[in-house]
Amino acid sequence: MLSVPRYRKVASIALVAGVGLALAACSTKGDSSTGADGKVTITVDCQPVGAQKDLLRDWNADVDAFQKLHPNITIKSVSVGAQCDNPPDFTARLAGGTVTDVFYGYMTDLQQVLDSGQAQDITQYVTKDTIPTWDSISDGAKGAFTDGGKIYGIPTKNYSMGLLYNKNLFQQAGLDVKNPPKTWAEVRDAAKKIAALGNGIAGYSDYSAGNTGGWHFTAELFSQGGNPVTDDGKKANFNNAQGKQVLQNLKDMRYTDNSMGSKQLLQWPDLLTNAGAGKVGMFVGAPDATTAIVTQFQGKYQDWAMAPLPGQDGAAKGTLGGGEGYFFKKGLSADQVKAGLMWLAYEKLTPGKGQFDYVRSKPENNPVGLPQPQLFTPGSDAFKQDNDLKMANANVTVEDFALFANNPVPIKFEPANAQAIYAILDGAMSAILTDPNANIDDQLKKASDKVDQALAAAK
Amino acid sequence: MTSATMHHETTLPADPAVLRRRSRSGKTRNNLTGYAFLIGAIICFALFSWWPMIRGIIMSFQRTRRGVTTWVGWDNYVRIVQDPSFWTAWKNTAYFTALALILGYAVPFVVAIIFNEFRHAQGYLRVLVYLPVMLPPASALFLFKYYAYDPSDAGLFNAILRFLHLPTSQWMQDPKMAVPAMVLASTWMNMGGAILIYLAALQNIPGDLYEAAELDGAGLFKRIRHVTIPQTKLILSLMAMLQVVATMQLFIEPLILANGAGSQDSATSVAYLIYQHGFFQNDLNGAAALGVIMLLVLGGFSFAYVRLSAKQD
Repeated sequence: MLSVPRYRKVASIALVAGVGLALAACSTKGDSSTGADGKVTITVDCQPVGAQKDLLRDWNADVDAFQKLHPNITIKSVSVGAQCDNPPDFTARLAGGTVTDVFYGYMTDLQQVLDSGQAQDITQYVTKDTIPTWDSISDGAKGAFTDGGKIYGIPTKNYSMGLLYNKNLFQQAGLDVKNPPKTWAEVRDAAKKIAALGNGIAGYSDYSAGNTGGWHFTAELFSQGGNPVTDDGKKANFNNAQGKQVLQNLKDMRYTDNSMGSKQLLQWPDLLTNAGAGKVGMFVGAPDATTAIVTQFQGKYQDWAMAPLPGQDGAAKGTLGGGEGYFFKKGLSADQVKAGLMWLAYEKLTPGKGQFDYVRSKPENNPVGLPQPQLFTPGSDAFKQDNDLKMANANVTVEDFALFANNPVPIKFEPANAQAIYAILDGAMSAILTDPNANIDDQLKKASDKVDQALAAAK
Repeated sequence: MTSATMHHETTLPADPAVLRRRSRSGKTRNNLTGYAFLIGAIICFALFSWWPMIRGIIMSFQRTRRGVTTWVGWDNYVRIVQDPSFWTAWKNTAYFTALALILGYAVPFVVAIIFNEFRHAQGYLRVLVYLPVMLPPASALFLFKYYAYDPSDAGLFNAILRFLHLPTSQWMQDPKMAVPAMVLASTWMNMGGAILIYLAALQNIPGDLYEAAELDGAGLFKRIRHVTIPQTKLILSLMAMLQVVATMQLFIEPLILANGAGSQDSATSVAYLIYQHGFFQNDLNGAAALGVIMLLVLGGFSFAYVRLSAKQD
């Protein structure tokens, strides 16, 4: 038996050692590296989470298959929970320096990733050897990951926005499902008729919080022919006739017609929850919003159809395009970068494989046949190959999305520093949708001043 | 006990100088042991409280672009003060703090005094008021958001107002109601803890003080004024300071109830503005500057409060 002082000494040494070990454990570095034997290991994030059983099984199967094809490469998958959907989580990991070797980001994240100093220039490694379909990928999607002619990331998914509408509610309101609104005036008329159904149904719904209000303001501004920032990206450019028209359309529907429902300050899950519950007639969104409505918010594919984004007096002059991709962490070896590119090519950019393996997706009830992603340039080899496979295995009614797919609107990609701009524009959107006395000119002026300041700070 | 220690106890030297030396070395050993036990806490505070604070202060004078960090003097402070939401955030936060002092500070004290008068069922009442504290704050706020503050007629509070033939409210969507609505939810969530602390303080007041006051003809309010308040002054004073410091850090209420800034910045708090700059506007340096301003304001308040309280005592 130890005496009390000795016991204390042992305990204190154990305590100090324990704390030391815990701290050492916290600071343990990842084991991604290039070995002397030519073996390459890379860590990749955004492995599907456990709740996404099919997607997780598919991902793991793809990792196994890829490693068999490339026995010298080991992929270490990392699931980062909500990071892939949640900008603050991403920012925290980036600021904390805990991103994986190949890490996920939005197309709007390039500036932030560059500022963090964690992005590797991969230009010299992006070739047909590493990504065979590179030439088929749309220039717009590539441009979102390119700065000053240097490539810092690879696009893996993209979208453009249109008008999603609930066919059931259209029918109940006596509207023609095959002839959805083409202009904002027609949207307003249809919204009035749908809202007249009562029962808390909003004819048209829109976001005004969590950066999503600014995101949709931008999309609707593009439809008017506007642009949220000047060509040089240094100043706000929405305090003008187009910006006013965007807010006027919303104000008319919200307060003159009372066709947008009383619940506002909505962000992404709020609106989609209402849509899944059959309480939303129309909203602006990308094709995969229907996937979220079905997989996360208990809606049904057969209720939804999609048309091009409306314009003010005719077809929309533009629509918002965005998406996601993967960046490469600074300091990787050439072999690691090549391994990462080959993995992305296999999992995300090859018709018939990975995310484009429609034969596998079809029975899993993952949607096949949606006009998304739009990674490959129409007319390119990869586009044709992907489209043929998609049509052959479609499990959603392709016809419901044909109006959107067959009437493309010019895509305008999100501006640099988009998240900062969106956060500010939320203010204007929320004011117009919650305050009948809000002055459109004042709101645009205030938001414009703030965006000018944010862009000046970002220089 | 080992034979060696037995030997120590049975063969103490008689020389007082040796005894003093031994006593000093024993004290040193005990002190070292004490410090060794403290190391864990010191490391934790140093790593997770002090270092981030120092790092925040350093960052507030820097700017990082393209991975290159440069010193920019007061630029971040100037920029953050010029943010059109800066003064709105401080105004909202001060308004929230003032309302929370009235509701969240006074109400629990009054409720504790009332509970303290009950001879029976005090335990049940304590559990009842403490239940909301056991709910995770996010869950409690979602209850308020989706059920109580639903701006349609289906909302709980609007249904009650309609039943009472009173005008309904848009709650969080109404810029004038956003802060009061956040205070109401926050008070409901947190007052259970304050009530328990006040009750514990009240129950420590010797009964004979009240008896003496009663014999002198003091009524209920005089007893509260001349016995209860002076006897609980220390805890009241401490709770007031903690309340102000906690409410000035208002964050989760706007984040959940208003999905962020609310209508026309009506729910933006200083802490939320820090979050917005740091996590949405790619401006960690600006966020750090605002954090330092907040630290100075709260530190200054706490210092002044403690000094004033000490002077009064």
